[in-house]
Amino acid sequence: MSLLVYGTITSVILALYAVGFSLAYGISGLANFAHGALYILTGYSIWTFLNHLGLPYYLSAPLSVVLIGFLGFVIYWVLLLRVRGVPLAELIVTFAAGVAILELLMWKGFYGIQYSLPLFVKGGVKIGEVAVDYQRLIVAGTGLFLVVFLYLFVHYTKTGLAFRGMAQNERTALSVGIESDWIGSLSLAFGSALAAVAAVVVLPLGIMESAIGYEVLIYALAVAIVGGLESTSGMIVGSFIIGFGQVAAARYIGPKWMIIVPLTAIVLVLAIRPSGLFGQFKELEERI
Amino acid sequence: MAEAEARYREKRLDRGIKVRADTIYAISSYREIFYLVLPRAFPVFALLFLPIVLSSYWEKVLVYACVYGLLALSWDYLANCGLFSLGQAFFLGVGAYIAGALSYYLKLPIWMTIPIATLGGGVVCAAFLSPVVRLRGVYFAMVTLMLPLLLMKMIETTGIFGGTHGLSALQPFPKEWIGTYTVVVVFLACLFIFRRLINEDYGLVLRAIRDDDRAVMSAAINIYWRKTQALFVAGAVGGFAGAFITHHYQFVGMSVFALDYSILPVGAAALGGPGSFAGAALGSMILVPLSEALRALGGMRIAIYCAILVLSVIVLPEGIFHYIERKYHQFERLVRVG
Repeated sequence: MSLLVYGTITSVILALYAVGFSLAYGISGLANFAHGALYILTGYSIWTFLNHLGLPYYLSAPLSVVLIGFLGFVIYWVLLLRVRGVPLAELIVTFAAGVAILELLMWKGFYGIQYSLPLFVKGGVKIGEVAVDYQRLIVAGTGLFLVVFLYLFVHYTKTGLAFRGMAQNERTALSVGIESDWIGSLSLAFGSALAAVAAVVVLPLGIMESAIGYEVLIYALAVAIVGGLESTSGMIVGSFIIGFGQVAAARYIGPKWMIIVPLTAIVLVLAIRPSGLFGQFKELEERI
Repeated sequence: MAEAEARYREKRLDRGIKVRADTIYAISSYREIFYLVLPRAFPVFALLFLPIVLSSYWEKVLVYACVYGLLALSWDYLANCGLFSLGQAFFLGVGAYIAGALSYYLKLPIWMTIPIATLGGGVVCAAFLSPVVRLRGVYFAMVTLMLPLLLMKMIETTGIFGGTHGLSALQPFPKEWIGTYTVVVVFLACLFIFRRLINEDYGLVLRAIRDDDRAVMSAAINIYWRKTQALFVAGAVGGFAGAFITHHYQFVGMSVFALDYSILPVGAAALGGPGSFAGAALGSMILVPLSEALRALGGMRIAIYCAILVLSVIVLPEGIFHYIERKYHQFERLVRVG
């Protein structure tokens, strides 16, 4: 039972890490390697709002999400626009920007116990015989909410439909009047904002430090590779495989083996189905 | 800007000697021989001469520059066949740990550990990454980015090879200058061999894989086997660098998987100009001394590399080397349009 509950929660956390990355990549083909850095930058910005500007929590969190989303937008127009269409250059630019953010935060001395965010609600509840605190339930709820929201968004709003159009065929999308730079930058902004949302709900569970930025990026990549980058269902299944695998490994073999799980999952998936479990779309031209 | 009417344009003409030397190899004077030999001979003499004149601190910097230069060359070799690696630290770390373990547990002498680590590093890297050679572009970059970080965590948590403490008190080079010259000579050899190799038929296939792998496949060439070979070569070069560093520090620890070793080579190649090897070498010769000069800034250093990296990719995408090469081989003048 506790395996089930904590496995689900770990999986939802992984899905939250991956959702923004996978959204931006699926729509505009931009692999945002600054994802982890934006995640941890959100934590820093909330912390600054709380402790230096004295804003209340319910204000500083949404403000940070908006801020980080805007930062993604700016990254697109300032850095990525000039190298668009050259995958290597895109990758170098986003990765370098991400590392620069993380190293600057580390240099500013952004680690240690004082940098932690308060929980939304203290206390916990028992599901069956397993004790779960409210924060973890909120994480699971947010994950569920985001999946439903994204589904509705990309199916029933104009921008969302434009996103899907871009994802399916950029040129055809252009010919029906969807401007690719605008949608590309919006997708990056959305991806960054989703990273920020993940940070808002997940970060209060632990301490914040720059190193977590790399971890988030790694898990996002692992989930994306296992599930197939462009499909949402693949992403969810991928995160559940890795999440449950990790919790099971921690329980039956020992916590130090948790890190092996994503690695094995990646190797197995690549050996059996190189395009990811659910990645059929763009399979031939992009991956193999 | 784009709307403004251009009144002048830059006209570029190849120098006569360049045109002839590229195709017919007819050289008519000492001046022309000098013109052709100088750019090749200068770096060789400079690198062989520098360890004699430099102080011992800057000699160490030169050694780092050569180690990073080797990693950058191995990065560029992979990039030439379309594999964009973000994890040179993996190659370096594998070589370093092989050499370290052989020296620590089996007490092998240094002249055995380094060759074994070089070959073993190549084999291990090719074997580890062989399931991944089917991936292209971003996907390959993702996997290589993750590998060193995951291995670092694995060593940290499982405690193999000394865990967080690493293996220390390994055998050093008998004399410091032997170590310095070993790495300098290997670096130069690597540079010239790679530059030659990539223009041979073998290298042509590799570059064709980068440009259009389907076409190469339809020519009945097994591209996955070629990519695995490329990984072996790149892994061997990285493995040598790692083994060298191990004996240079007389220590091997988790730091060999650090992000520095992954980022700096990419930065060097991007700054110098990818695809020509000379660019990667030049880039590392610029970046490493620069980073030593910035050492006082501490953690800011990596942020500054990243800024350089972004700037060079955006502003000068061809890289410094290609820019210099163009200036060297061509006349340029402005001509009136229309």
